[in-house]
Amino acid sequence: MSALGASLSPSQSPPGRRTGASPSWRLSDRIGLGFAWLLGLLFCAIAASIVLYFLIEGIQYLRPSLLVTNPTASVNESQTGGFLDPLLGTVIVALMAMAVAIPTGIGIAVWLSEFGRPSALARVTESCIEMLAGTPSVVLALFGTILFEAPALGFLSQTSRGIVLGQSFFAASAMLSLVGLPMVVATVREGLQVIPSHVREASYAVGKTKIATTRRVLLPAARPSLITGSMLGLGRVIGDTAVVLLLLGGTLTFSNANSTPVLGTLRGTGDTLTGYIYYNAPTGDGNQPSKAYAAAFVLMLIVLALNLGVDFALRRSRARLWN
Amino acid sequence: MDEDGLLEEAYGLSQDQRAELLLGALVCVVVALLVAMIAFVFHEAWPSFAHNGVGWFGPGGSVDGQIQAIFTSGELNQVAVWTFHAWPLIWSTILITAAAVAIAFVGSLFVAVFMVEFAPDRLKRVLEPVVRLLASVPSVIYGLLGVLVIVPFIGDHLITEHEKASVTPVIQLSGSSVLAAVLILTVMIAPIMIAVFADGLRAVPRGWLEGSLALGINRWRTFWKVGVRTARPVLVAGTVLATARALGEAVMLSMVSGGVGFSPNPADGLIFLFEPSRPLAATIIANTEQLSSPPMKHTLYAIAAVLLFSAAMLSLIGWAAKQPMKRYGVIA
Repeated sequence: MSALGASLSPSQSPPGRRTGASPSWRLSDRIGLGFAWLLGLLFCAIAASIVLYFLIEGIQYLRPSLLVTNPTASVNESQTGGFLDPLLGTVIVALMAMAVAIPTGIGIAVWLSEFGRPSALARVTESCIEMLAGTPSVVLALFGTILFEAPALGFLSQTSRGIVLGQSFFAASAMLSLVGLPMVVATVREGLQVIPSHVREASYAVGKTKIATTRRVLLPAARPSLITGSMLGLGRVIGDTAVVLLLLGGTLTFSNANSTPVLGTLRGTGDTLTGYIYYNAPTGDGNQPSKAYAAAFVLMLIVLALNLGVDFALRRSRARLWN
Repeated sequence: MDEDGLLEEAYGLSQDQRAELLLGALVCVVVALLVAMIAFVFHEAWPSFAHNGVGWFGPGGSVDGQIQAIFTSGELNQVAVWTFHAWPLIWSTILITAAAVAIAFVGSLFVAVFMVEFAPDRLKRVLEPVVRLLASVPSVIYGLLGVLVIVPFIGDHLITEHEKASVTPVIQLSGSSVLAAVLILTVMIAPIMIAVFADGLRAVPRGWLEGSLALGINRWRTFWKVGVRTARPVLVAGTVLATARALGEAVMLSMVSGGVGFSPNPADGLIFLFEPSRPLAATIIANTEQLSSPPMKHTLYAIAAVLLFSAAMLSLIGWAAKQPMKRYGVIA
């Protein structure tokens, strides 16, 4: 590899014909560049092998029937069914968490970027959001277990013999929205801040109020970063396992709280793809690797799709640079 | 507008002021919730710290045995047992995090430099989305990869029978080990570092680099001596971010590192790499079913409080590290 670096380096060195005191590209420089090439290619190779490994294993084990049947507990792999409910669980949790995180995140970002008074509160908010971004999701999950066991929040989960269980789609989604929130705030805020002030001034000049300017001019202009932030947050929410393990109950299928059609499901427990993979990994209780591979494949596809979405949104936002 | 006018007359508030109040209230609610969460976690953690004092962080006895005793005492309504010495868990966290961050830092720095300055354009266009993709792969998928590929490989090919026999009285070497945990954690946090480093390196003013190039310094030296040096605060910030992620990683580590509260001792020679351990965050995941026992609940909250405190300290360091960048007028 260092030979590759050395052979490439001369073409990249500055074209000047300098002689004397500073001879260009000493041996250590060449070795360094070769090392950078090696690590760059190694990084690509690792990424490619992870994705390819899961695609190959996934295609090998994924049957269409897995997507439409529900999991059942069994030792025999042919009888454990598919993962319809975990898949739906992922969708439900993602929708509910983002339904909270996106509006809240936009609100906080707008306030930080456009209002931000008093500045002490702005600074506190910034550090709180930053700290939330660094908080391990397992801590959020642990906090959630006690929060949702409070009798006052009993209507969000099941109650049996006067004890609130505290595990439900509501509980998991509420905590997952905190997992997604910092991403949304950071990205939207950045998107608002790169809009130059003359755009705002033009809007004020035609008599628009600040909030009208934000709604009609700034937010539409920042839409690519809004989409990027939402997708990054969504990726975090979908990939999170700790919150799901602690707050969703980890029952393989939906276990409704009562017979009310929608509310009963949301107040009941269930599972998501990440929880299903954890359960079926050799370290989990299910221990059926082929099912775990198939579910991981589906999860990877979702993540890949989200990434393509982010790429697309970023390209759009780069096409519209403010100059 | 009529309604607005009326409201403005009634309360002396314009549309803007109302919007500001509304958004401000939202911000206050979220901040209050987060502050309440932090206070609540520390409040719940207090009994465990109070009963153990500084000894909570120290070594002493088998940590798994202590957890079992704490759980049983609460579950059977006996006199609560509180003795808990978390050192093996803390040591495992430090060992795995430090090793992964150190390896990832060196690797990420080179990859970021390569990606920003030296890669051909076509490779640059591939690398950026690849970094973003690897950063967004869920940790449970990394865990699955580890437990199905890396752990069996280490168990079958890297650990010799002799090594297995030498530690049999104490622990079993199955492949779930510090080594597997460090390897996978490195791959997990490297993309975060690369993304932050690359942003920082791109923000270095072009003129500074060109000034150095114009003096006849070659591109490699220029980029390391001027570019990387200017971006030092960003390097710290990215490392802090990745460290926070590594500290809080629970699911992957609980799958890969082996579920034993054992502290591998580097003084034993290289075999410590193959020994199992269990970091703090993974301990919470492993014991979630024991939350019903009150003393156990407080002990788990104490672990969470330590994690939360570390995360707060890390974000403080990250904030402090970013300040010099702002002074230069470089935004990253």
